Amino acid sequence: MANNPFTPGIAAGRHSSEVLDRNFADLHPPLDRHEALVAADRCYFCHDAPCVTACPTTIDIPLFIRQIATGTPEAAARTIFDQNILGGMCARACPTESLCEEACVREVAEGRPVEIGRLQRFATDTMMAREGHPYGRAEKTGKRVAVVGAGPAGLACAHRLAMHGHEVIVFDARQRPGGLNEYGIASYKTVDGFAQAEVEWLLGIGGIKVEQGKRHLDGPDLDALIKDHDAVFLGIGLAGVNALQIEGVDLQGVDDAVDFIADLRQAEDLSNLAIGRNVVVVGGGMTAIDAAVQSRLLGAETVTIVYRRGRDRMSASRFEQDLATSKGVRIVTNARPVRAVGDGAVQEVEFQYTRDVANGLVGTGETFRLAADQVFMAIGQTLEGASHTLEIEGGKIKVDGSGRTSVPGVWAGGDCASGGDDLTVTAVAEGRDAAEDIHKTILAGREMVNETPRPGNEPG
Amino acid sequence: MANLACEFVGIRSPNPFWLASAPPTDKEFNVRRAFEAGWGGVVWKTLGEAGPPIVNVNGPRYGAVWGADRRLLGLNNIELITDRPLETNLQEIKTVKRDYPDRAVVVSLMVPCVEDAWKAILPLVEDTGADGIELNFGCPHGMSERGMGSAVGQVPDYIEMVTRWCKQNTRMPVIVKLTPNITDIRYPARASKAGGADAVSLINTVSSITSVDLDTFSPEPSIDGKGTHGGFCGPAVKPIALNMVAQIASDAESEGLPISGIGGVTTWRDAAEFLTLGAGNVQVCTAAMTYGFKIVQEMISGLGDWMDEKGLASVDDVVGRAVPNFTDWQYLNLNYVTKARIDQDLCIGCGRCFAACEDTSHQAIAMNPGRRFEVIDEECVACNLCINVCPVEDCITMEELAPGDVDLRTGQHVVADYANWTTHPNNPGACAAE
Repeated sequence: MANNPFTPGIAAGRHSSEVLDRNFADLHPPLDRHEALVAADRCYFCHDAPCVTACPTTIDIPLFIRQIATGTPEAAARTIFDQNILGGMCARACPTESLCEEACVREVAEGRPVEIGRLQRFATDTMMAREGHPYGRAEKTGKRVAVVGAGPAGLACAHRLAMHGHEVIVFDARQRPGGLNEYGIASYKTVDGFAQAEVEWLLGIGGIKVEQGKRHLDGPDLDALIKDHDAVFLGIGLAGVNALQIEGVDLQGVDDAVDFIADLRQAEDLSNLAIGRNVVVVGGGMTAIDAAVQSRLLGAETVTIVYRRGRDRMSASRFEQDLATSKGVRIVTNARPVRAVGDGAVQEVEFQYTRDVANGLVGTGETFRLAADQVFMAIGQTLEGASHTLEIEGGKIKVDGSGRTSVPGVWAGGDCASGGDDLTVTAVAEGRDAAEDIHKTILAGREMVNETPRPGNEPG
Repeated sequence: MANLACEFVGIRSPNPFWLASAPPTDKEFNVRRAFEAGWGGVVWKTLGEAGPPIVNVNGPRYGAVWGADRRLLGLNNIELITDRPLETNLQEIKTVKRDYPDRAVVVSLMVPCVEDAWKAILPLVEDTGADGIELNFGCPHGMSERGMGSAVGQVPDYIEMVTRWCKQNTRMPVIVKLTPNITDIRYPARASKAGGADAVSLINTVSSITSVDLDTFSPEPSIDGKGTHGGFCGPAVKPIALNMVAQIASDAESEGLPISGIGGVTTWRDAAEFLTLGAGNVQVCTAAMTYGFKIVQEMISGLGDWMDEKGLASVDDVVGRAVPNFTDWQYLNLNYVTKARIDQDLCIGCGRCFAACEDTSHQAIAMNPGRRFEVIDEECVACNLCINVCPVEDCITMEELAPGDVDLRTGQHVVADYANWTTHPNNPGACAAE
């Protein structure tokens, strides 16, 4: 092996293929049948369960766990998919420790919640391993809906619309569908090409056409879409990244964390993916954690996350922070970058300590430098290229509770839309709910609105 | 430490834990292992009459009921009495008794319901040096179709008759093993006593079908696609057994009749409960079949520690201690009033108490904001279902109302005096207190 963690600069192949395979293996390996039964038995089947309240998609968790416990994991999967058609990815990627599992009464009682995420994965994996797609479509309505963006919001919206009998065309800018499921989630949370397999499975319902490599973002495009379709749903995510206004950001080796994560997900062979010996990640969210952890797993000798505020203000959950530190990532808080230093390529980053005061963050004047062959910026994404005709609120497309934008006939959901956390599961909920509202709106006046079968009632 | 040695119908054993007549006691090999592990005694698996031994099925003999994590809660068996030659068993019994003189060796017997059959086998058993015999009038499967086992145990007259034959033809103590597959266990116990039995042992297994294979539609255990009823045992049958033991222990007509308690004894605690309800010792099978013979060590240490804690020096001090508190419903104190109390510090907010009370009981628990569950005294009848469904021990308790307190449900003051149904005004047959 030519390289190792101590090889200077940015280099590929710091670990052998065997070590890389081990490092990027499933973070939470699947439960086998018996493990699932034991885990399911721990559920108390709470009345008006707190875990359900904590789930953005309101999955009936006690019911699906009881269905696992009684040996019917496929019924459990249906309970999950009825609410969340991307329940497979959410089982892997959801920060359950700050959602359902945080609310679990066993977390209250013993600090060890029911393993809801892993149980959800057991159920959804079981059904997805089965031939065919479990949902059928209602009678065709003759309505056509355009969905922009094949991320979690767009896919959830498209599936629900297809189920209601509408024809859906999905336009997606990337090479592959899936959005952040395909390009944004850390590798070790979704191994073995699950994101693509899930999209393929979801499209099995029929009635959904996906066109890759198509951007439909600016004003005229949106007008054309509105004209050609009965409704438009925007699930375009946050395509831009916040730039850091400091000296030296143009140096070689200063990159966006989201690009690094996407490259890593798309890499055919991780031993060809170069990583710095000393990596610095700037930011405090999930993107920062994912970039930092994966840098370590690729073989960086030192990886440091630097966040400008205190640990309690990091948007990454405590579980994720602990995951990072367990992998050898150092987390430095209350410091912000001042300049990147280097000659052509970055060599160091200078930081200044900060203090959180009433009217914001102030530098204390004290500085320090970290060696850095590679710097990943993970300081947030921004809405990019949304039509000027759309009203924007807080940097996002303004929507009401049903996902309606300020433009009639246009709905939006997911990270690009106002309200809700920027989570896969939230995007699914918003896409699904927008689809229900679109369905009601475009069939207004028709009797069949009320007759359309609810999910779960169609022949399998 | 408390002395666990005991004497049951004159048979001594170093502790009250015997292995019941069952597969674990079918051979010298197993019984030696049991004695090495510390069991106080065994009841050798049931012997039949001389001649060609019975045969067993060559498919599965057991059906099972599992709890969480495949914890075995109950076992059903269709195995018959020993299928080894009588002479082999007798020889092995003799050898084992010779080598373990301090342990109890009792031999279970089941032969046809004719006096000559019993007369023939009794001297053979006596010759082994065994300490006693147990008459298998309990097995509900297989042999009962041939007029033996529970077919005898279900007819008190037969019990009395066969017991008498045995008492007349052997000097060994006679223990009659009873079937629970009967409406009132006191009748077979009384018949045993009338026949001269030295003791009864109970319960034998409960007639059962554990499950049905939903693919083949065969009851389990399935033998080539067909199933038959078996005998159910293990932790699931303990409550049935405890009640039957208590029924006999508190029956004036069989007063003084020693009882060997059987049925789901799995831990020292189960054993202690049987002893307090009148059993002079206990017999164990399923727990040993589930975990192996080593469990007796936990039973010995647990019972001893508990007796020390209670200041009970010998097993005799334990036997029957709960019997005086076993009474009929009509004598329960109707002036004893309690209310459920939920400890908010212990409550984890699962809401099972609420669901149980609201859906299936008395709507006596309020679900307040913040998932705070509180008892509504005006509705609480003190049924304690909430306690039983609560996953947290001691989170919900029953609080006794003191005399003078008002029961908000009835609006009545609690009275200190004991009063039961026999004198209650709503009882048409009530006799006025004199």
